[in-house]
Amino acid sequence: MSKSPGIVYCRCAYAQVVADEVKDGVIKGLCASGRSFDAVSDLCEMSARKDPRLGAIARQDNVRIAACHPRAVKWLFHAAGVPLDDARTEIVNMREENAATATAKLLEDDDC
Amino acid sequence: MTASQAYPLRVVLYEGEGALPLDQGTRSVVLAALLDKGYATTVAGKGAIVRDNDVERLLVIGSFTAGNTPGLKDAEGKIEILTRDITGMDEVRVLETVESARNGRAMNQPGSWKPWFPVIDYDRCTNCMQCLSFCLFDVYGVDSDDKIQVQNNDNCKTNCPACSRVCPEVAIMFPKYSGGPINGEPVNNSDLEREKMKVDISSLLGGDIYSRLRERSEGAKSRFSKERDSDKALGERKKCLTKLAAQGDIPMEVLASLPSPEEIAIKVEEAGRKAKEALAKSKH
Repeated sequence: MSKSPGIVYCRCAYAQVVADEVKDGVIKGLCASGRSFDAVSDLCEMSARKDPRLGAIARQDNVRIAACHPRAVKWLFHAAGVPLDDARTEIVNMREENAATATAKLLEDDDC
Repeated sequence: MTASQAYPLRVVLYEGEGALPLDQGTRSVVLAALLDKGYATTVAGKGAIVRDNDVERLLVIGSFTAGNTPGLKDAEGKIEILTRDITGMDEVRVLETVESARNGRAMNQPGSWKPWFPVIDYDRCTNCMQCLSFCLFDVYGVDSDDKIQVQNNDNCKTNCPACSRVCPEVAIMFPKYSGGPINGEPVNNSDLEREKMKVDISSLLGGDIYSRLRERSEGAKSRFSKERDSDKALGERKKCLTKLAAQGDIPMEVLASLPSPEEIAIKVEEAGRKAKEALAKSKH
């Protein structure tokens, strides 16, 4: 049995560039799944403060991050001094996907 | 505005042994309310709740069975763990409970500040130093290997993406920007052509936006002294700034708050010197 990936959800609360219906839909989907997960108010804000919790996310064996454009997320972590490992990280783009697709990607193969 | 460096309180919504799960609707509404106030939150069923990067204190909330709020301690004694029973509370009362547990400790909160700063895509950056030469606010610098880096986030002017406009490789992102590729969308060939065009527009303005502004400011100053008509001079400045704001997508507030022409001249010279030095070193 493989370990389920960790899930991190970014609320983008400081600038609202992710559509409300997407981020609200994803959070509802995650809450309905019964899975444990981490949720942060805003990854940009954490990167600006070089929050050590970003390091904890980057060090996870396998993590899915629901946020915005993958190129931006990748280099936000790098800017905070804790680069993500591309091989162990999947970024789900809530600026491009709808809520159902984004949630499905986060929970995909969850029962394996 | 400068960000607070204090870490927000992490809240754990505990639904494991000894606690009843919230219903789905309440769970998502409570979680969204906490996040919208700036709290990092973990929804936890089972397992350890303290993380190696937790700072100072942690708040565990839950609908604890029969109101038995557990007393929890960090095994390593580094973190103070607070617990609060939220049985029957709506999101407003949960938030009040969490705010009360925070007890006035500093943290950033949405609405009070916007995390606006450039993020460099080093897969694209060629270390050409145009951004360092261009920025008048000392946002950029070089590391010990003379590689460009963002050194002073807080100096960046909110909503101003001007440096990303002069980057020939489209390597500078502002994740909170509305449009691509500046917001981090993948860069395609047409973006590269468009970005090149923007640099050309900047050149046509007379070298760069700032030197153009300097010339116009000096012109306005001269007219002001001749005409003694402050309304006319202000009108001219406004017209000039509006044009530049539209061409560079630079907020009016940023242009209006630029240093004096003399200070700009000194800054441009300093930034250019820094960029040249870094480039010379990196070539050796």
